[in-house]
Amino acid sequence: MTAISETEQLRYISQQAADARVNVEIETEGMTLNLGPQHPATHGTLRIVAKLDGEQVVAAEPIMGYMHRGYEKLAEVRTYPQVTTLINRIDWVGSFANETSFILAAEKLMEVEAPPRAQYIRTILHEMSRIANVILGIGDMGVQVGAVTPIFFAFRDREYVLNQIEAVTGGRFHPNFDRIGGLKDDLPAGWVQNTKNSMDKIRGFCDQIEELMYGNEIFQARTRGIGIIPPEIGLSYGVSGVNIRASGVDWDARRDNMPHGLSYDKVDWKVWTHPDGDSYARMWCRLQEVREGTYIIDKLLDDLPSGPVMAKVPRIIKVPAGEAYVETENPLGVMGYYVVSKGDLNPFRVKIRSASFNNVAIAPWLLKGVYVPDIITILGSLYFVLGDIDR
Amino acid sequence: MSDETAVAETEDAEVVLVDEARDALLAELTTELADGFVESHLQAGDDLWVRVHRDAWVDAASTLMHMGFSYFSFLSAIDWLPSPYGRDMTSQVDLTLDPPDDDAEPEQMESGVAGGDTRFQMFARVNDVATGRAVTIKADLPDDDLSVGTWIPVYPGANWHEREVAEMYGITIVGHPNPRKLYLPGDFQGHPMRKDYALLARRIKPWPGIVDVEPMPGDEEDGSES
Repeated sequence: MTAISETEQLRYISQQAADARVNVEIETEGMTLNLGPQHPATHGTLRIVAKLDGEQVVAAEPIMGYMHRGYEKLAEVRTYPQVTTLINRIDWVGSFANETSFILAAEKLMEVEAPPRAQYIRTILHEMSRIANVILGIGDMGVQVGAVTPIFFAFRDREYVLNQIEAVTGGRFHPNFDRIGGLKDDLPAGWVQNTKNSMDKIRGFCDQIEELMYGNEIFQARTRGIGIIPPEIGLSYGVSGVNIRASGVDWDARRDNMPHGLSYDKVDWKVWTHPDGDSYARMWCRLQEVREGTYIIDKLLDDLPSGPVMAKVPRIIKVPAGEAYVETENPLGVMGYYVVSKGDLNPFRVKIRSASFNNVAIAPWLLKGVYVPDIITILGSLYFVLGDIDR
Repeated sequence: MSDETAVAETEDAEVVLVDEARDALLAELTTELADGFVESHLQAGDDLWVRVHRDAWVDAASTLMHMGFSYFSFLSAIDWLPSPYGRDMTSQVDLTLDPPDDDAEPEQMESGVAGGDTRFQMFARVNDVATGRAVTIKADLPDDDLSVGTWIPVYPGANWHEREVAEMYGITIVGHPNPRKLYLPGDFQGHPMRKDYALLARRIKPWPGIVDVEPMPGDEEDGSES
């Protein structure tokens, strides 16, 4: 409990400071700071225009569109199997996870169900892409606060996961492996044991980074009590995933809203939350999710059923008319596809609800009143991928 | 495809339970929205759609917020016009060798679940994280007045979504504090997500057809298709 009351105290102090800032008698001339589009904290080409009063942000406005590729339009002129090639590139560091919810939406419309083995492997790959994505975010957060070592550890240990993803799918970043009705292929020989070994390595990374970074005094000073998202504000902005769980909202689409076609309900696991809602809480929850992800994968691998990996589907896929919305818990938050079909080869309309778009939408609210160096840590702790904003 | 036609897929008790929850939710929404309510569609054990009048669009947001739907998922629009170019995509022949028939009958416009009468339709989704309920709200926009009120006072997260809708569909968001373009350059002409906005890459080089479909594992080679 001491940790919570300490943070509440910090929150109180920062609120007092914010009030004092509003009523401050000295007024300096405003200045506009342009951050990006090529700033490393922006994971791509997000640009932030911040109006400053001294060292404090009066108003911050993210400007995006530097990487808008129009996937919603492009998806309308492609067949369903072809769309996965596009949507792989939305969140490019957690690529397999992008495919899952679209395929599940198509399966829902077609009333096809993947065989159990395919569902298990799908869930395993989904979790692996979460690990590959999130440990890079953790390492990157180190860079934001001035510690360069964590990112090298993250890149080093991420390879263990990427190698396993590559061994199954043939692609490190763009697997394009999920199919309507199952998966393209079965697992290669020896994969299960190799994956268990690499999960051990990932757990080692978590332990190491927990001591190296999370226990670091500077890291805590830069993140504790900074960038607090109150749960109700976060929800009304549509903040999802780790970012909202770190505000104490116990809601995980994997547990509470799991679509048909995944196997999260087959194993026991824990949804990690944190009551504080600050940058530290977000990063802490991320680390716990990575560790939990390795256990989920281990358990799923133990129970892996045998059988085919592909259901019987027509060679040419025509999806019956209808509308379906399927969302999954992706590395960056809740990602959903609203698919409108008219019974053709191609979707009539695909609305991509990407996680980072909503997560970053809170930035103007969150950055108001913070100091300039905190912009970087707050953006780093929100952890977004530009492709996931611009789509 | 309308009203609470609860399709009987009641294999286990859990599905029925969820349906009861959605039925109750639908009944509550019907009374709360009163005159604003137009039509609904309930898929048993799956999802709920509610269509409201355009004028009740903002009221619907605050009603949902008061009912506990605190989580804003997304907001967007659909253009129901059949694409004048879209038939290319369903073609299984090489269009450059075999050009499509120009005299073909134009497709009829038809709307999806929960119905619709006009070309443009707003839709948004909100969740109640405490109970796991979710609902998709739709509203028709009259063809001669493509404007709708803003959700920002209720769900501030709608801000960017509404800017995206405005630039992509040319729908005016009344009361939006910052109605600039979100993704597109400031001087961009046209509204790319409209169905009559041609995707130039596909106009220049038509889709080659179905030739690149790979055989699926377990697929029989005798070409048995749908």
